[in-house]
Amino acid sequence: MSRAALLVLADGRFPAGGHAHSGGAEAAVKAGRISGAASLADFCRGRLQTAGSVAAALAAAAALGIDPVALDRAADARTPSPALRVAARKLGRQLMRAARATWPSAELDALAREFPKGAHQPVVLGLAARAAGLGPVDAAYCAAYESVSGPATATVRLLSLDPFDATGVLARLAPETDRVVDRAVEAARRVVDEGVDALPAGSAPLLEIGAEIHAGWPVRLFAS
Amino acid sequence: MHLDHDHTHDGPGAVSADALRPDGGRRALRIGLGGPVGSGKTATVAALCRALRDELSLAVVTNDIYTREDAEFLLREAVLPPERITAVETGACPHTAIRDDISANLEAVEDLEDAVGPLDLVLVESGGDNLTATFSKGLVDAQIFVIDVAGGDDIPRKGGPGVTTADLLVVNKTDLAPYVGSDLARMAADAKAQRAELPVVFQSLRSEPGVADVAAWVRAQLAAWAAGA
Repeated sequence: MSRAALLVLADGRFPAGGHAHSGGAEAAVKAGRISGAASLADFCRGRLQTAGSVAAALAAAAALGIDPVALDRAADARTPSPALRVAARKLGRQLMRAARATWPSAELDALAREFPKGAHQPVVLGLAARAAGLGPVDAAYCAAYESVSGPATATVRLLSLDPFDATGVLARLAPETDRVVDRAVEAARRVVDEGVDALPAGSAPLLEIGAEIHAGWPVRLFAS
Repeated sequence: MHLDHDHTHDGPGAVSADALRPDGGRRALRIGLGGPVGSGKTATVAALCRALRDELSLAVVTNDIYTREDAEFLLREAVLPPERITAVETGACPHTAIRDDISANLEAVEDLEDAVGPLDLVLVESGGDNLTATFSKGLVDAQIFVIDVAGGDDIPRKGGPGVTTADLLVVNKTDLAPYVGSDLARMAADAKAQRAELPVVFQSLRSEPGVADVAAWVRAQLAAWAAGA
């Protein structure tokens, strides 16, 4: 295993489509829930503990070799908003393309055949980590970090927020991210014996509602 | 890089610039149109569709920055049936979607081929951007950079990747030159200096021959693509 592969996969410039998505930040900015660094931190903390923790557990389970079709179904069950399901599958499809080109793998090919229009992004992320020779902890870190780095980057563009402040928010969330990853990997290991019901099911209703409203806007900067 | 060459025909889709579709057929030629905001990219795409739609099977991908205006303009003008036009959302960074992270555009192109194919030609229109925006070779086979005389006649002299390296440079709205004080001869000389042998077309879509020169260039690209060049 190469630890440097983790840097490739976690790099915000990894060409997997994330740049066009705000992780709910655009809807939250419009609704006044994000207006500066402090409220960005609150938003990110909420997303990390809900969608982020679910994504991290899904990614870790996929990296452990759990059946990705079962994980994809579990992801659907944990994503009430149709708009967010669409976004997750779009991003999963884009990540699939980038991962297959970067780390060719029979498992990724099989998942692409199973889901030609895309599986849930965290599931693809876990398999991509596996193809890169990384483990469940690495996969969970990628998913958990992405759950907050996306909204932070988007908020810099949406509010012209000072980029140093946005990066500071991410840095201060690091210890919390560590704990989310620990719990996610623990849950993923339980899935081996107990099945996908051992995955967390944290939910943030405002993220789901905001995504539905956002999907109906005629004018927006981000796809989700 | 091209993972699918060893695969059977039911394998997963191509990765990026592969010349063959997953079913083994040759994919459509992809031509990108980039250039600054308001230079006439969408108008050129519309004119190209009108000029070529009776002889070719074609489709268009637009990359709007924050709306669906460009796609809706093409729909309103009815230059192609709606199922042949699709819009990609670019998250405030149009150049990222055509150069650094092309996955959403590749998917749009492939979905069009699946839905209305086989296609001869897909036009990929960038969101209006700056002079450094160029298309990745993983996304398009050739690119057109569209500037206009009203944007300042010093743009060819300023150069930049779009002006210097695009396979075709289009200087649009030549009919406006007398009104904005642009010197077409100077623009042509500067473009020649920047581009050496690469072609330049001066056009006005408001008078004859309109888009004919650009359409002829597209036909030549298609002939070369069909010949397997």
